[in-house]
Amino acid sequence: MDRALWLLPALPLAGFLILALAGRGLPRAAASVIGVGSVASSAIVAILLAARFITSPPEGHAVVQPLWTFFDLPQLRVEAALRLDALSVVMVLVVTVVGALIHLYSTAYMRDDAGYARFFAYMNLFVAAMLTLVLADDLFFLFLGWEGVGLCSYLLIGFWYDDPKNGQAASKAFLVTRIGDVFLAIGMFLLVSEFGTLHIATLLERAPQVWAAGSGIALAAALLLLGGALGKSGQLPLQVWLPDAMAGPTPVSALIHAATMVTAGVYLIARMNGIFILAPTAQTVIALVGAATLLLAGACALAQRDIKRVLAYSTISQIGYMFLALGVGAWSAALFHFFTHALFKALLFMAAGAIIVALHHEQDMFHMGGLRKRLPLVFWTFLVGAISLSALPLIGAGFYSKDMILFEAGTSQLGSPALWVAGVIGAFITALYTFRMIFLVFFGAEKHEVHGGTSPAMAVPLVVLAVATTLAGLLELPRTLGHQPRFSHFMEHTLPAAVLREASVRTELLVQIASGGIVLVGVLTACGLWLRPSPIVRALSGSRAARLLEAGWGFDWLYARIIAGPYTTFARVNAGDALDGASTGVVRLAEGIAAGLRMLQNGRLRWYAAAAGAGTILAIYLVVYA
Amino acid sequence: MAIIPLEDGLLLATALFVLGFAGLVVRRNIIYVLMSVEIMLNAAGLAFVVAGSRWGQPDGQIMFLVILTMAAAEVAVGLALVLRFYRQFQTLDVDAADTMRERA
Repeated sequence: MDRALWLLPALPLAGFLILALAGRGLPRAAASVIGVGSVASSAIVAILLAARFITSPPEGHAVVQPLWTFFDLPQLRVEAALRLDALSVVMVLVVTVVGALIHLYSTAYMRDDAGYARFFAYMNLFVAAMLTLVLADDLFFLFLGWEGVGLCSYLLIGFWYDDPKNGQAASKAFLVTRIGDVFLAIGMFLLVSEFGTLHIATLLERAPQVWAAGSGIALAAALLLLGGALGKSGQLPLQVWLPDAMAGPTPVSALIHAATMVTAGVYLIARMNGIFILAPTAQTVIALVGAATLLLAGACALAQRDIKRVLAYSTISQIGYMFLALGVGAWSAALFHFFTHALFKALLFMAAGAIIVALHHEQDMFHMGGLRKRLPLVFWTFLVGAISLSALPLIGAGFYSKDMILFEAGTSQLGSPALWVAGVIGAFITALYTFRMIFLVFFGAEKHEVHGGTSPAMAVPLVVLAVATTLAGLLELPRTLGHQPRFSHFMEHTLPAAVLREASVRTELLVQIASGGIVLVGVLTACGLWLRPSPIVRALSGSRAARLLEAGWGFDWLYARIIAGPYTTFARVNAGDALDGASTGVVRLAEGIAAGLRMLQNGRLRWYAAAAGAGTILAIYLVVYA
Repeated sequence: MAIIPLEDGLLLATALFVLGFAGLVVRRNIIYVLMSVEIMLNAAGLAFVVAGSRWGQPDGQIMFLVILTMAAAEVAVGLALVLRFYRQFQTLDVDAADTMRERA
């Protein structure tokens, strides 16, 4: 069974190849079967592999399957091998199972689209690249998947390329994440020059032997890897691409820009945890970036009108929580939050997509309202997702994962009360913007004509994810609620446990009551502000602060001024420099000669005769007298 | 019969040739242009005849006959072209036929 590991990325890749080469000629039904079937069969393989992995753990808690050798140099040998361990089991399950559900949903969402086969081809390629990323045993192989998902993100954001705006959003996403990728590439060069290998397990084994804890080189390596993670995961200061990435079709937002690709940064840091443990300063940077991101992005989500942009900012904010957890060394808490977030955010995006389809591609929440009765299934599933996102106590998986993060952020050796406070304020903001969505979209007066119901292909993924979201919390029950740490127990061979300073059950209970209370206060505040028209909201909307938040703190404006502006000015000035003059000079000279010669060809017969005569006289003169 | 000196004959031929050339360059009427060409051909023929008589050889007169034949053929083609030219441009002005020039 373990031999079947290669099937995981190979099946979606085969789906991509068939759809890309023969997609135009295939009928829609065949394209759906191939597109959904390839990912679904990959999901079945993943479930079987995971079941076997859990019931009878392999030796060394990892399955390695060598595939081929990329290149073999005296200084560097790079092999393609797949590695299944606890960390990649979780990632693979999320990517394939949530991916298969989203593919199924897409058959309904994209039903009338002209690029149906092209869409599934890109989606399958994405799943293949993402599985390569999470299964790679070698940073080089991982980087292949890393760039592959970036390419698919670009292709799918710009899927409706008729509108130049979508193309710009795609380019923006591609370029901004490329900035991070440059750091990652330099980090890989550094690792090659230090260790002569990119094999992850070897790196993690040898790093503590070669580098002293807290040494400068370890810090440099950790920060370079972090740079790559920041770009991919949309964290400060490279978060600007993610809200614009919502230009793509909604299933793309659900799969790539919520559940899987954007968490690749979290995966990278968790995978390379041995390097980061050697650089406590880098970990502090991660925690601070995470805390700042979750607060700033959460505040932005409060002021958005477009439902997908709210969810995009919410994704940035939730990944901020994961970074906060990584930064304080709460590795398995970060992964658990990744897991629950993938479930409830994919659910929220798909529910939002169902609303958007029912309202003829209306995305402005202020044009929605009263949909509770018209779209009951979407309402209930969206509500389940929202409960999880806002971490409402006891119900919803988000509570358990977020609570684990908050508790460890406050009590781990790298954590501090300040980080805990930031996380709790973030939880308040999360509850506020989540229930703002609920109240604006589903309550109040009906403002828009509703078109049709929810088709089965949309309903099934919504219900499945709603159930999964509700039950996922049982995987990790805190000590105050029965103490069943199944998830972190599963992770313990791959990810080190958080080192806690003070870990009494009493503290944990206090922390849980505090954060749970804050969330409830947030929900009630949202109820007061948005359930009925409120004078406070009316006074604030359109204010300077609201506009600043709607524009995402003006990061786009700032980057346009300090980076894009000077760069284009420099390029324009530089276009006319002396070096350029040499090449344009040749062109000018040729043009001048051509203009002179052209004057001879004036079309006058008599002029030609005179020229011929003059030439003859000259020739005779030269022959006779010279 | 007085023998015309070679120099005089050649000078006459040159004068005729220059006249013909000047006519070719100056005239705009295509009929006159053709006539100027005929004058230049005859000037060349005269030079052959004068040279032949100077050395008492028949080659010069034979050459003249060749030129005469060629001129006849040339006129036949030339007049046909003139006819086409007139049909095309409704004028006999050679300067009208400048459609293949480079347009600035």
